[in-house]
Amino acid sequence: MLLRHTRKEIGERKAVSINPAKTCQPIGAMYAALGIHGCLPHSHGSQGCCAYHRSALTRHYKEPISAATSSFTEGASVFGGQANLLQGINNIFSVYEPDVIAVHTTCLSETIGDDLPQIRKKAQTEGKIPEGKYVIGASTPSYVGSHVTGFSNMVKSMIEFSEKTGRKNGKINIIPGWVEPCDMEEIKRMAKLTGVETIMFPDTSGVLNAPMTGEYKMFPDGGTTIAELKSTGDSTGTLALGEWCSADAARVLDKKCKVPCRVLDMPFGLKATDRFVDAMRTIAGVSVSDELAVERGQLVDMITDMHQYFYKKKVAIAGDPDQVIAMVEFLVSIDMCPVHVVTGTPGKKFEKRIKEITKDKGFEVNVKARGDLFLLHQWIQNEPVDLLICNTYGKYIARDEDIPFLRWGFPILDRQGHQYFPTVGYKGGLRLLEKILGLLLDRKDRDDPEESFELVL
Amino acid sequence: MVTATKKKMVQWDPADVKAELIKKYPPKVARKRAKQIMINEALENETPEITANVRTTPGIITMRGCTYAGCKGVIMGPTRDIVNLVHGPIGCSFYAWLTRRNQTDAGPDGDNFINYCFSTDMQEQDIIFGGEKKLAAAVQEIYDLMHPKSIAIFATCPVGLIGDDIHTVAKNMKDKLGDCNVYAFSCEGYKGVSQSAGHHIANNQVFRHIVGENDTPTEGEFKINLLGEYNIGGDGFEIDRIFKKCGITNIATFSGNSTYDQFATAHQADLNAVMCHRSINYVADMLETKFGIPWIKVNFIGANATAKSLRKIAAYFEDQALIDRVEAVIKEEMPEVETAVADIRSRTEGKTAMLFVGGSRAHHYQELFKEVGMKIISAGYEFAHRDDYEGRQVLPNLKVDADSRNIEEIEVEADATRFKPRKTPVQLVALEDAGVKFKHYDGLAPDMEEGTLIIDDLNQYEAEKLVEIMKPDIFCAGIKEKFSIMKLGVPMKQLHSYDSGGPYAGFQGAINFYHEIDRLTSSKVWTYLKAPWQESPELTAAYVWE
Repeated sequence: MLLRHTRKEIGERKAVSINPAKTCQPIGAMYAALGIHGCLPHSHGSQGCCAYHRSALTRHYKEPISAATSSFTEGASVFGGQANLLQGINNIFSVYEPDVIAVHTTCLSETIGDDLPQIRKKAQTEGKIPEGKYVIGASTPSYVGSHVTGFSNMVKSMIEFSEKTGRKNGKINIIPGWVEPCDMEEIKRMAKLTGVETIMFPDTSGVLNAPMTGEYKMFPDGGTTIAELKSTGDSTGTLALGEWCSADAARVLDKKCKVPCRVLDMPFGLKATDRFVDAMRTIAGVSVSDELAVERGQLVDMITDMHQYFYKKKVAIAGDPDQVIAMVEFLVSIDMCPVHVVTGTPGKKFEKRIKEITKDKGFEVNVKARGDLFLLHQWIQNEPVDLLICNTYGKYIARDEDIPFLRWGFPILDRQGHQYFPTVGYKGGLRLLEKILGLLLDRKDRDDPEESFELVL
Repeated sequence: MVTATKKKMVQWDPADVKAELIKKYPPKVARKRAKQIMINEALENETPEITANVRTTPGIITMRGCTYAGCKGVIMGPTRDIVNLVHGPIGCSFYAWLTRRNQTDAGPDGDNFINYCFSTDMQEQDIIFGGEKKLAAAVQEIYDLMHPKSIAIFATCPVGLIGDDIHTVAKNMKDKLGDCNVYAFSCEGYKGVSQSAGHHIANNQVFRHIVGENDTPTEGEFKINLLGEYNIGGDGFEIDRIFKKCGITNIATFSGNSTYDQFATAHQADLNAVMCHRSINYVADMLETKFGIPWIKVNFIGANATAKSLRKIAAYFEDQALIDRVEAVIKEEMPEVETAVADIRSRTEGKTAMLFVGGSRAHHYQELFKEVGMKIISAGYEFAHRDDYEGRQVLPNLKVDADSRNIEEIEVEADATRFKPRKTPVQLVALEDAGVKFKHYDGLAPDMEEGTLIIDDLNQYEAEKLVEIMKPDIFCAGIKEKFSIMKLGVPMKQLHSYDSGGPYAGFQGAINFYHEIDRLTSSKVWTYLKAPWQESPELTAAYVWE
């Protein structure tokens, strides 16, 4: 047993978090910043934070993750990190020549009270930011929120670029939230099929699933350009996908440039995708293409064909709130029973939404925001499930309890494909279903006695 | 890789390469980096000085991590029956959760906490009002849940800043719990200039709070401790297999696959064998001063290095049966190694490698590459000190700067009752004369050829330039470097985590590594980078459909 010290009896824990279902803000800020073209994320703190975030993102995306750090030592921690950041900005623009430096803070710089806007102003006055280059910043102390809120904060800071010229660009802003680069690509494809011109930010497609060519580009071709970010203020409207990841930025943009916004769930599964497509259609005043309708029909087809294998199967799920909410809705919509639901990211709305989605569906749901995988495991020990959906860390529970395991979310450290095959939209729904089915049917094939082992399923 | 081999034939003047590496830097950065890039002269005692263990330049994308990473991640991470509780916001604990591939098995006692991640998950109010109460409560909760024999507490950056007294909390909880040893590490990430400071802080506390705590006699002959071996990918298992076969008793490995009791009884060993000099040489010194155990430098990376290290250990014990046994084991193990080398060498001979890892690995792994006939054209460490490059003879000349002064040095004296010299001065001199050098490490530089580049604290920019200019057949570093190097079309091997491979230590490990190098340097996958139409883009004629 890998988690041999986990016991069924659930005692109250107020102080210790065991096997977290979240990590800290700066890594989210770093990921978001990589979605701007020509942007070098910069971690204002001790170099270990930056090293850890780069390592974790590299392990998940299997791509180079460039990011710089202020490399605080004890001196900077006592006297403040201004000198380090100023020197850092100067060195970065001299050596790496990015278009933008996206600075995020850490526990260290936040606790000593470094004032990012003031340091940036000083860098500007001292001529350390070359003409036509930018430094943006987000406050991301690790003792607040989680990696998800860090992502949201950096996306929010991108609104700084938005300008309202008064000339409408006829585009819709889409804030996709923390999804895979391929998911961002898929969302753009769906928008294109719907006949909607979009500005997506951040957009890590092309950046974190860049091709292998024998050439290393520190700033790959993908990412939202500064011109696009500026233009977001002239867009028709904004669709923010995910309350946790995207809503803040959309609301700030609305306030700043009067670009109306709608906050939707992330388009995982049938219903959330329906709402997304419908919202695009109504905002842009277009009809949905037949091609998308066909894709939708194919997803519904697979659901109906295979319904017997999903029906009433119990699922435990852990992940980030925006993803988990949509996934739980998807599971419920195909008559599966997500009985244990955990996110590590705080937020009151999470438990409420999950309870709403699962209400009157014939099963009780254990749900916790600010939960951890230790608790999820205990719940599973008390009420076993047929499927576990979690990031890679779930594999320890899956093995100990012998549960079919779908890797989904962040981080996935031990499998490939998540960066290339989308799970958003109807196509993504098909892929999710295919994976879930594969797991359940592999289990059935493994467990069926010889006499009832069947060729046709 | 025919094309790469051809390109590599271009002879680069190392001085030109060095100039190219620092050309783009602002003058101040260039001056500093120039001192950290050494053109090796490979002449004993005349090696030029390299600057090491100095601050990383802000904004320069470094390979380094922090003190916490060195303390919790490297040193204490591999211990299986000690609960490692990180006091701080969630991230630090999360990133050090199972990411170093420290293998272990739950022993007969059934304790194994390696797969767990414990954190106080500090929130804003804990930063404002202090986190000591939450920390004490967390220790209590862990104790109630799991009853470990020991709980280690690690400080993260904000804990040091707000002044939580983790040591007092640890002491109070130790007194309160009674049968659980609780102690703390002031390993805030901002201390020192690299992971190295964290190793030091971890080792000091292990020495202070655990080593020597258990006087129950340990069984076995030829007792040693293996210091600086972290059981990545099962290295420690392979080394233990060989020890067992030779009849050598390994009391404690610091800290691969280690247990609390192994540390607690380590003072009973008669010899300390040091693998990673950087991370732990001072523990060897302290064990010698306090308990009278001499130490030697060993290296179990590479089959020849393994044989040499085993012979050194056997020579130390001056026991003919052991010497014979070791020779017999080497004789038994080597044929398989030689067969593997003979097969692979025809493909690897003359190929080139670059190694930039850790604070000893970039030296140790050279043995393996040399065994298959490869050349190391550049190497360096992430967090070494000058003695790791130039040898321990420079130790008295090392300047202690402000960053190093912040890292505690503990004063050790001979233990009043348990200090026992293992060898008489006469025996020691005789052994030295016979080639068993004590407290000795020559460092990386003498083992590298003249004109090779030794680079301290390499960064992403220089790594890319080095690879572009010198086109090695393989580049070894860590996960952060992996994919930018691969994008350049050069095979990349992680030598921290081994890319899920290993073990690479010992005889079986050497064979594993040769196969891995063969796979990486002979693979066709690197020839697919350009599509046919990109190789010859000029269209001279068009086919016409008739």
